[in-house]
Amino acid sequence: MQGTPTDIATRHLAETSRWKPMEFVFWLVAFGAIWLLPSHHLILNEILITALFAMSLDLILGYAGIASLGHAAFFGFGAYFAGIFAIRVIGDPLTGLVLATLASGALGFITSFLVLRGVDLARLMVTLGVALVLGEIANKMTWLTGGADGLQGVMMGPVLGLFEFDLYGRTAYVYSLVVTFLLFLMARRIVVSPFGLSLRTIRDNPLRARAIGIPVNRRLIAVYTLAAAYAGAAGALLAQTTQFVSLDVIALHRSADVLLMLVIGGTGYLYGGFAGAIVFKVLQEVISNWTPQYWTFWIGLILVILVLIGRERMNHRAAVLWARLRGKPEPRPRTIVGGH
Amino acid sequence: MSAALETVGLQKRFGGIVATDDVTFRLEPGARHALIGPNGAGKTTFVNLLTGVLQPSAGTIRLHGEDISAMAPERRVKRGLVRTFQINQLFAGMTPLETLGVAVSERMGHGYEFWRPAGSKSAVIDEIVEIATRFKLVDVLEERTASLPYGKQRLLEIALAFACQPRVLLLDEPAAGVPEAERHDLLATVAALPRDVSVLLIEHDMDLVFSFAERISVLVNGALFTEGTVSEIANDPRVRAVYLGESLDG
Ligand SMILES: Nc1ncnc2c1ncn2[C@@H]1O[C@H](COP(=O)(O)OP(=O)(O)OP(=O)(O)O)[C@@H](O)[C@H]1O
Ligand SMILES: [Mg+2]
Repeated sequence: MQGTPTDIATRHLAETSRWKPMEFVFWLVAFGAIWLLPSHHLILNEILITALFAMSLDLILGYAGIASLGHAAFFGFGAYFAGIFAIRVIGDPLTGLVLATLASGALGFITSFLVLRGVDLARLMVTLGVALVLGEIANKMTWLTGGADGLQGVMMGPVLGLFEFDLYGRTAYVYSLVVTFLLFLMARRIVVSPFGLSLRTIRDNPLRARAIGIPVNRRLIAVYTLAAAYAGAAGALLAQTTQFVSLDVIALHRSADVLLMLVIGGTGYLYGGFAGAIVFKVLQEVISNWTPQYWTFWIGLILVILVLIGRERMNHRAAVLWARLRGKPEPRPRTIVGGH
Repeated sequence: MSAALETVGLQKRFGGIVATDDVTFRLEPGARHALIGPNGAGKTTFVNLLTGVLQPSAGTIRLHGEDISAMAPERRVKRGLVRTFQINQLFAGMTPLETLGVAVSERMGHGYEFWRPAGSKSAVIDEIVEIATRFKLVDVLEERTASLPYGKQRLLEIALAFACQPRVLLLDEPAAGVPEAERHDLLATVAALPRDVSVLLIEHDMDLVFSFAERISVLVNGALFTEGTVSEIANDPRVRAVYLGESLDG
């Protein structure tokens, strides 16, 4: 620690917003996969969309402390919106994506007032309830959504009028990757802003946040709306790149899975969704190949262990071990972009 | 001139308990006022009512003449009514730097800025450093709050209120848990606030109360028992009986 307190303060605050080497590596690999893993674009596209969805949950859970068991409401809404828009209006992907994102944000804004009313358990139930209600609406409005048969006949035009979606998922992956990357950049800026910091005070202690003048409810409405828009974008990407929407997009298990992924990957640093989605998908493939019936058993076991042992302690231990191997001083617990 | 902070017939019931019983109270502009009373007298409840953490069952609260009885807590803060907590209320996962920074940013109206990194405004940084220096927090600015020693957390608790630039400051037992030697320093920092800041101090340590306050109110069983200058209260046999006597025995 050197310099005047002002230097230290400036440096410390700048440090939380500066890119870490691992982040560059991560995005280089993600973009490199366009050329290096051509035969895996379909599954990579799926992972990426799930990761974006999980990141949207991280915005409310990891940064503002709102647990949701119904986040698929927005994912599903975005998916149906994009699918129906392509069928009934135009098949241009970007127009559909932008409108689906905005519409999901609007839905998030409206439902945020319900979520705000309660605390913890009540909130969890309200998020669950909203998703169940929307799921049933999608099921019943067969004329619009196709109901249990799914939404058939989604035909997407080329991205930017240039890139047709192909059978190998190359356009799909590039399209999802660019969109996810842009949304990630935006989220990353937001979480280290004064607004983002104020969310973390709400997560840690809403009582004190109010006592230092932070309008807690309004901030929560803002971030809930944002997270809903992000989830809607992920849903729209799924609808557009697979050209199909089924009730599965809004089902309870999708809300539960995304929460699980985020817990596996870790909350409050934006990459948890990516890590969780990758680990989840890989585990799913490996375990299902080995013993198809017991996939949920193993993922459940992993979840219990993670929650009981605590991610932070595990990460810290891993960091300590890493430092020992490299003969460096042991690190203090710390993460990439704030959070814990 | 209107009082800095004033209550009329303020009451709070918790089921059968009357925790605040018809309290009519005035805090003068620039006051150095202490509120004392035995454990469970309702001092913290009174502060909770003033700051909007709790809604009163009856009565009115006025801040600089304006009725704030139904105003949201954060809007009272924007009007200069700031408190500290008897039990630390901090942001465990954040550093003191971020904690103070968020309060200063918010006060300066940057709370909705989402496109600019926190800490890119030098006015904010300067103020964080100034407050951290005053409260001896400079060497722990980058630590996680949860891992700070209790004494530092206590200082951060008070510093955080200062970061909100109070016009009326309510301190709920600020020296609780602070080592004897540092208590007077802490209170000196409070006393050094500009004279136009009005301070209400809740404190059990009578030495501190007598050295800090110019007026003292005594709360017993939720009701105002008496009020007066320091010497009036110090020499009031009834106060000795209900309060000082008790604390001397204990
Ligand atoms: N949320 C609540 N629900 C029910 N009763 C409460 C609540 N808060 C406080 N009380 C009761 O109100 C009374 C006053 O409590 P309060 O904490 O205001 O006292 P205090 O004067 O601050 O005491 P101390 O000196 O110990 O801090 C107590 O009898 C307490 O049990
Ligand atoms: Mg108290």
